Amino acid sequence: MTTDSPISAGDARLETNGRSAHQIKPEGFKPPKATHRTQHVLPGFHASLGITLTYLSLIVLLPLVALVLRPWEAGLDGFIRTVTDERVLKALQLSFTTAFWAAVVNLFAGLIVAWVLTRYEFPGKKIIDAIVDLPFALPTAVAGVSLSSLYAPNGWVGSLFDPMGIKIAYTPIGIFIALVFIGLPFVVRSVQPVLAEFDAEVEEAALTLGATPMQTAIRVILPSLAPALITGFSLAFARAVGEYGSVIFIAGNMPYISEISPLLIVIKLEEFDYAGAASVAIAMLALSFTILLVTNFVQVLLSRRGRA
Amino acid sequence: MKVKAPEAPKSPAAIALLAFALFWIALVIVLPLVNVLFEAFRTGVAPYLAAILEPDAISAIKLTLLVAAIAVPLNAVFGIAAAWCITRFEFRGKGLLLSVLDLPFTLSPVISGLVWILLFGAHGWFGAWLDAHNIRIVFALPGLVIATVLVTLPFVARELIPLMLDQGTDEEIAAVTLGARGWDVFFRITLPNIKWALTYGVLLCTARAMGEFGAVSIVSGHIRGLTNTLPLHIEVLYNEYNTVAAFATASILAGLAIVTLILKTLLEWRFADELAAHRRH
Repeated sequence: MTTDSPISAGDARLETNGRSAHQIKPEGFKPPKATHRTQHVLPGFHASLGITLTYLSLIVLLPLVALVLRPWEAGLDGFIRTVTDERVLKALQLSFTTAFWAAVVNLFAGLIVAWVLTRYEFPGKKIIDAIVDLPFALPTAVAGVSLSSLYAPNGWVGSLFDPMGIKIAYTPIGIFIALVFIGLPFVVRSVQPVLAEFDAEVEEAALTLGATPMQTAIRVILPSLAPALITGFSLAFARAVGEYGSVIFIAGNMPYISEISPLLIVIKLEEFDYAGAASVAIAMLALSFTILLVTNFVQVLLSRRGRA
Repeated sequence: MKVKAPEAPKSPAAIALLAFALFWIALVIVLPLVNVLFEAFRTGVAPYLAAILEPDAISAIKLTLLVAAIAVPLNAVFGIAAAWCITRFEFRGKGLLLSVLDLPFTLSPVISGLVWILLFGAHGWFGAWLDAHNIRIVFALPGLVIATVLVTLPFVARELIPLMLDQGTDEEIAAVTLGARGWDVFFRITLPNIKWALTYGVLLCTARAMGEFGAVSIVSGHIRGLTNTLPLHIEVLYNEYNTVAAFATASILAGLAIVTLILKTLLEWRFADELAAHRRH
């Protein structure tokens, strides 16, 4: 990674490889880009790039290399044995299913909140709008202890459900509640700007042509929100899969039942099983990235269909 | 293109949607916040004050401030450097650089802590060497700082990059053409242009740095009075069934979150044009 000029020189040399000199066509030489000049005008390219690369290498890349290399201590077998252990499988399954359902709930609730915040005028709207970001700002441990005490059998909300025989805290439902809390702003903040920019004329056209407001909302506005909704969903989902602080207090942390994958990493570390901890982490990352790739793919398909 | 202006809800459907949204925000967001204060003051003001003035709480507050005071400036300087090279120059691999920059946001906090144990823990890559030279990183201040740095790394850069792309380089190039030197360009042109976005990024970075739990919990070792930050102190108290003290400590962080939200909202209203495009309301 250097300035443009050595790169274009390198390109030119590559073009020469395997060709005799007379075959080199003039178009083989790319003219320098317009931005090329900027580099020489503004100072600090090498210094700022140097700081950026050094910092990212030390803080992000080196640790990730350590993470990726660690699980193979006992060979591929060791890794497979760890991630197919029933307790690990249950934890992964729990983390991913509760994260999924929480993201689904946030998809609908977030859409309604974003709709209300962009479409209607009501007293206190600006405060409500600001408070949607609270789950971003509130430390997860604070959310964790508070949700745990609210949904415990003797808490404000838990005591309403306890007589019906429904336990929320210290069960997977409690985990789901915590993930709904931390995921809400992701959907609202993804959808809100798109909804605020929606072309009113398209909507008016639908209404003039005889569509009911409900039909307009579902068949005209909603499809154009789909990419933003998917973005919000995948952000909320990705955050929920790895969430720790707000979950462990309310989860109950029973092995095989309410033990989330990040907690399993903590437990393996406490047993000095570094390779096991890294294996669970790698499994979580691999699953998350696969799911994000799939949602990205769906998003591309949807936006293509929208254009056709 | 015209945009629909918000209006008072009139139809029954609109009123139902508004009612649901308000109910949902009250239940999901406001109730947990109110509950923190309620539990903290449940037994009155005296136990509350006793809990937050206790020596372990005071040392947790000091440690939290210290960690943030080291981690945030590091990430601010990095954020400015990264935004400068990404928005002011063309080079190969920029897309890859941006993806690496975003990685910390996609990592579980627990993984952001785990990686440091793998490097510097007793059985980590450098564990034996550090031990031989009597250097402590994990279960000590340096570990808390690097874990916090990793978790909060993208905040400042992510605020500055869209804004600086938006602003372009015209003013800076003009200054250089007229003979301004490197740091003059930065301090007289760039910094005044980005100061509110920088403030915004630093604010979010600080809030996260002080509230981080997962990553810090792994590298801390939970040594009371020594390596417990405020969020970890809450955990210790809560697990000891010392609910009032746990919520008293939690209320400090909840207060911090509210102050953060207020400052953030004020910045969004007052300096909308000087924040990144996606922050404008």
